[in-house]
Amino acid sequence: MAPLMVAQDLHRHFGGLRAVDGASLSLQAGEIHALIGPNGAGKTTFVGLLSGRVPVQSGRIELAGEDITHLPAHQRVKKGIAYTFQITSVFPRLTVFDNVALAVQSAGAAGLDQQVATHLSRVGLADHEAMLAGSLSYGHQRLLELAMGLALRPRVLILDEPTQGLAASEIEGFKALVNGLAPDTTVLLIEHNMDVVMDLAHRITVLNFGQVLAVGTPQDIRQNRAVQDAYLGGHDAAD
Amino acid sequence: MTASQKIWALHLGLIAVLFAAQYVLPPYHATNLARIMVLSIFAMGYNIAFGYTGLLSLGHALFFAAGMYGMGLSLTLLGWTALPALIAGLVAGGLLAGAVGVLALRTAGVSFMIVTLMFAQAGYLALLYFGTITGGDEGFNPDRSLRMIGSLDLSADTPRYLVALGLFALALLLCLWLVRSPFGRVMVAMRENEERSRMLGYNPFAIKLITLVLSGFYAGLAGAAYGLLFGYVGATFATIQYSILPMLYVLLGGAGTVIGPFLGALAMFYLIDLASGITDAYFFVVGAALVALVLFAPKGILGALRERGVRWLP
Repeated sequence: MAPLMVAQDLHRHFGGLRAVDGASLSLQAGEIHALIGPNGAGKTTFVGLLSGRVPVQSGRIELAGEDITHLPAHQRVKKGIAYTFQITSVFPRLTVFDNVALAVQSAGAAGLDQQVATHLSRVGLADHEAMLAGSLSYGHQRLLELAMGLALRPRVLILDEPTQGLAASEIEGFKALVNGLAPDTTVLLIEHNMDVVMDLAHRITVLNFGQVLAVGTPQDIRQNRAVQDAYLGGHDAAD
Repeated sequence: MTASQKIWALHLGLIAVLFAAQYVLPPYHATNLARIMVLSIFAMGYNIAFGYTGLLSLGHALFFAAGMYGMGLSLTLLGWTALPALIAGLVAGGLLAGAVGVLALRTAGVSFMIVTLMFAQAGYLALLYFGTITGGDEGFNPDRSLRMIGSLDLSADTPRYLVALGLFALALLLCLWLVRSPFGRVMVAMRENEERSRMLGYNPFAIKLITLVLSGFYAGLAGAAYGLLFGYVGATFATIQYSILPMLYVLLGGAGTVIGPFLGALAMFYLIDLASGITDAYFFVVGAALVALVLFAPKGILGALRERGVRWLP
């Protein structure tokens, strides 16, 4: 089956820093694909290229066979690529309802109130509709961010460190939620929490110094010597 | 009452009060109020760009003057009647705002302020340069016979007040509808966080351009109505002062509130009126009032009210 999204040989240098240096990725429709790598490996820049937040210097990005390499970010969102921010980036002075409504109406859906309610209850924030987003706890803001991503009804949902700052109980809920997205939505997950990665991911791409170090199933990656040396530190995270 | 009912009661109530005011107020104050209502339309337009969308322009005098001259020159040069001339003014304001926006919206923040200011100054100088057509810095007075809509004499007190009120009511309700619509929500999102809005699929340039054009329509309508109702078209209305005034009205009344621009215009107008009766240095009083505003109610009258519990205020 042809992959849903393909990125080939992407480059993005900032001065002398080769943040992304010839990395490639292919996403199969319906999979949960994790992107891991040490700090500074270029993960956020790489998904910035995919989502259009960062302009590509060279390389090619396709979504369902269509070249989107040079589309501006807002048009990629319309094509079905949603990005949730690493640093929580909800609209703090708007209500929770308005935050999600902005995403719902962008996706052009009818029945605004109903849809907002659906997405909020999906992440467990149904009771918080009238609150100002800025007054939510950090963990709840992360969930709101996720609801906004879902409300865009994306084909590819890019989650940039979604569990950062979540309590253990919230992480369990989050995992169930992401598992429930497949196969309708393809998920690209940047994550530091290895338990979450190993539990959720169907496949993993490991990035190091802006290049792809390895691609494979969680099992493959666990056993990959180069990955262990570069990132997992041999024994601590893989077990 | 639900929030929606309260909102309608408040805004329709204001229009009703203004309608009744003409029967109560002495003619001097009624004329003032007509003036304030027209200036409020200008301020409402400014508020759409600044208060809701976060576009701090220093060039709105240009759009106001475009409306005023668009109307005035349609009367005198083209021989149009008052109503089409009024619409010509409205269109002129919107078109010019669009043209300025296409260029100025490539910038943001302080640069946007400077670029819009620059365009407005160029417009002002152009009015002086083409003095044979525009009347230069003396401007011109459209003849009373031209200031008629049908048999309605707009230079007479009652029709003038009613037309001012009618336009004000239309502008107010349209603004209310706009800011409560899905598009209004996007405008606010643009003000709050442009980058996040982009990642929700909105094109910031397009949204801001649409907003600026709407704002220009308001300014153009206000300028046209002002010239038509008060019988003077002049280049002073294109000076920087008329870019600053709507900003002050909006800040005083409450940026990002529908009625705020009216309250601000009302308060500022009478502040200047009263202060100038006491001292020649009336701008000193205005300045003191603004300092007090910044110190005690930085979000303006209605902004402060909204923060103190009247959260349903649109």
